[in-house]
Amino acid sequence: MSFDAKMHVADGAATLRLVGELDRRSAPRLNELIVQAAARQVNRLVLLMDELRYMSSAGLRCLVFAHQKMPRGVEIVLIGTRPEVAETIRLTGFDRSITMEDSVETG
Amino acid sequence: MSGMHVRPMLERIDAYPNQWISGFGVRAGRPLPFGATIVPGGINFSVYSNNATAMTLVLFRRGESRPMAEIPFPPAFRIGGVFAMTVFGLDAETIEYGYRAYGPYDPAEGHHFDPGRILADPYAKLIGGREEWGAARTAPDAEVYRSGVAGDDFDWESDRPLNLPAEDLVIYELHVRGFTKDPSSGVTAPGTFAGLVEKIPYLRELGVNCVELMPVFEFDECDNARSDPTTGRPLYNYWGYNPLGFFAPKASYASTGRHGMQVDEFKSLVKHLHLAGIEVVLDVVFNHTGEGNERGRTVSFRGLDNSTYYMLTPEGYHYNFSGTGNTLNCNHPVVRGFILDCLRYWATEFHIDGFRFDLAAVLGRAPDGSLLSNPPLLESLAHDPVLRDCKLIAEAWDAAGLYQVGAFPDYCRWAEWNGRYRDSIRRFLKGDLGMVGELATRMAGSADLYLRRGPAASINFVTAHDGFTLRDLVSYNDKHNENNGEDNKDGDNANNSWNCGHEGPSDDPEVSALRDRQVRNALLILLTSHGVPMLVAGDEMGRTQRGNNNAYCHDGPLSWIDWSLVDKNADLLRFARCAIALRRSHRALRRDRHVAETPPEGLFPALSWHGVHAWMPDWASYSRLLAAMFYADDDGRHDCVYVAANAYWEGQTLELPALPDGLAWHLFADTAAAAPHDVHEPGREPPLADQARAHVGPRGVLVLVAHPVPTKS
Repeated sequence: MSFDAKMHVADGAATLRLVGELDRRSAPRLNELIVQAAARQVNRLVLLMDELRYMSSAGLRCLVFAHQKMPRGVEIVLIGTRPEVAETIRLTGFDRSITMEDSVETG
Repeated sequence: MSGMHVRPMLERIDAYPNQWISGFGVRAGRPLPFGATIVPGGINFSVYSNNATAMTLVLFRRGESRPMAEIPFPPAFRIGGVFAMTVFGLDAETIEYGYRAYGPYDPAEGHHFDPGRILADPYAKLIGGREEWGAARTAPDAEVYRSGVAGDDFDWESDRPLNLPAEDLVIYELHVRGFTKDPSSGVTAPGTFAGLVEKIPYLRELGVNCVELMPVFEFDECDNARSDPTTGRPLYNYWGYNPLGFFAPKASYASTGRHGMQVDEFKSLVKHLHLAGIEVVLDVVFNHTGEGNERGRTVSFRGLDNSTYYMLTPEGYHYNFSGTGNTLNCNHPVVRGFILDCLRYWATEFHIDGFRFDLAAVLGRAPDGSLLSNPPLLESLAHDPVLRDCKLIAEAWDAAGLYQVGAFPDYCRWAEWNGRYRDSIRRFLKGDLGMVGELATRMAGSADLYLRRGPAASINFVTAHDGFTLRDLVSYNDKHNENNGEDNKDGDNANNSWNCGHEGPSDDPEVSALRDRQVRNALLILLTSHGVPMLVAGDEMGRTQRGNNNAYCHDGPLSWIDWSLVDKNADLLRFARCAIALRRSHRALRRDRHVAETPPEGLFPALSWHGVHAWMPDWASYSRLLAAMFYADDDGRHDCVYVAANAYWEGQTLELPALPDGLAWHLFADTAAAAPHDVHEPGREPPLADQARAHVGPRGVLVLVAHPVPTKS
């Protein structure tokens, strides 16, 4: 069980790369980064998901936490989410406040 | 973990263990609330047993068969009959738990303690171990249901229960699995809460504004020893009226149940239904549990405190008012509290809009089975502060012959499944004599039964999950339950059904046409009657169970919705949709008070009766024709609906009540006409050429509405 998250802020967008498994143990780490991103007043929060293997119930709640923490109008985009994780997000209805995109745009 | 505290707070001094047992830090817990509750630093476990001498908490890592720890409750952690302990350092997401209860094994005294069993928590919010529907039980964990801890935070956005006026409801009863399990449903998560979300557009288009979900509490679908004698395949307990976990949404009804996310998935379903303007009523079973009689299985209640939870004879046997082997002791103060806690949980945590109580007459019985005149449970539910806006609907009978339709202890609060309505409409439709007066009483909201409570206390239905489908009601004289494995002895014999001349499927065009007409007749009467109409999922598209009137045990095409019927019976579906729309566009059909209690509103009485001659109903015992005219002054608009029901085998010409200048009769529905002329979209009905007379077909129903005279311009 491992989790790693790195944040990069540029051009008004906070980009977080999530690696490993997001569960009750690792969720606080992600929430902490989300608080930091909110403090930087970005207008876009991008989660790079292609290396996230698993998202638990507590992990899903990070998405809601992000939605509630970021100022209104900030777009939350999940990119490259693995099918199993994307399915879980959709079936439990946590996709209502986020945008899912297939892959990282080049350039 | 040395986490960075953004905002230092003064921490509670009891957020730390003060003892160590079995390697876990613990301290005396809080006795309330019962169940497993996440608290700072750990989880608080509280379980009640009046007769246990000792209790052990058994902890598992999720998915593992052997316990990771067993923690006996120290004697000092017991207050009264409650064992309470806070255990620190547990990850609520990855543990499961159960209890071993110690005490006497003395069935004659009602005690069934056996510390060899690991028992489920009656308050478990999640139940693990049965995430896959129908999976074979695996020894040695055959009887082990794992309790789990659910997060109660959920992003409800601005959702809240809809609180629709009861008289405006059109209820649609459905089975979560059966609704979308068939491949023809085309959903991505068949047979689940998420699958149902994908069908919300269908429900919206149909026009229903309330779904009543057959049991969704955790139950054991494999709890059926019989097999289908014709195929040899095992039978199920498919309907789910055998609850094992009253606080836990059924894991296998969630596509994410394998991840323990059934709570989230179910909440998401409720939120989406509410967004579509559809209320959610749960069919709840508090009259018994799935533990069977004294020889049945022990999952939770029997092992924790048999003599508290169950009604027992003086010899220690189970009373069987439910017909399933045991009866929950629901007027015992502790059990009453359990039921209240449970319903409050569903109302607050899941935003549930109402409850339908299975075999609710049981809920009025005392611990010895005798009938209470003022049952504390029913009174508590009626006046509960949290449940105030929830619909409460009683199935006002039980399996021991107690029949309380119209006489349920209601506290001016309870509605009832109106069994009299069902029986009377069926008998009128099949042409029984002497039914015209009865038809009038039922269409008028059964004032003989519900005058004090108002018509919305009458849940009107012609069919329910229990019994024939609407299509089968007009296709079979007798039940055909051979596949249930009980020699056709199960299921109701009093169906008041008529096969229209041939038992079962028929190619005879006359038989088919008559069946189509009878189905439409039933829909029109149901959807124009005062009271609250309830439809069964599939009846709007002609679903059949091939004459089986007790399909509780079939998990397959017999009990699943076949979505190809949407196209195959598109005419019927359109008819049903229009009939629902008619109801929703006419306030005259949706009274909140009986007409006897309604002051005159102008043009006509709120409800008047007619026959071959206007204003002259024929109440004779040989009469099979009755016309009702519903009227309301709807903000200055004359709202007027005329419904003529003819159960005679010949058509009849009717003199119509005269409308004032400026208004004209328009044809909404004529079940004797071939589709698409059998029904018209509300608001787009064609005017009648002859305003003085209309023809109602043989065994037909005619519905007219008054609209302003069309102006030729």
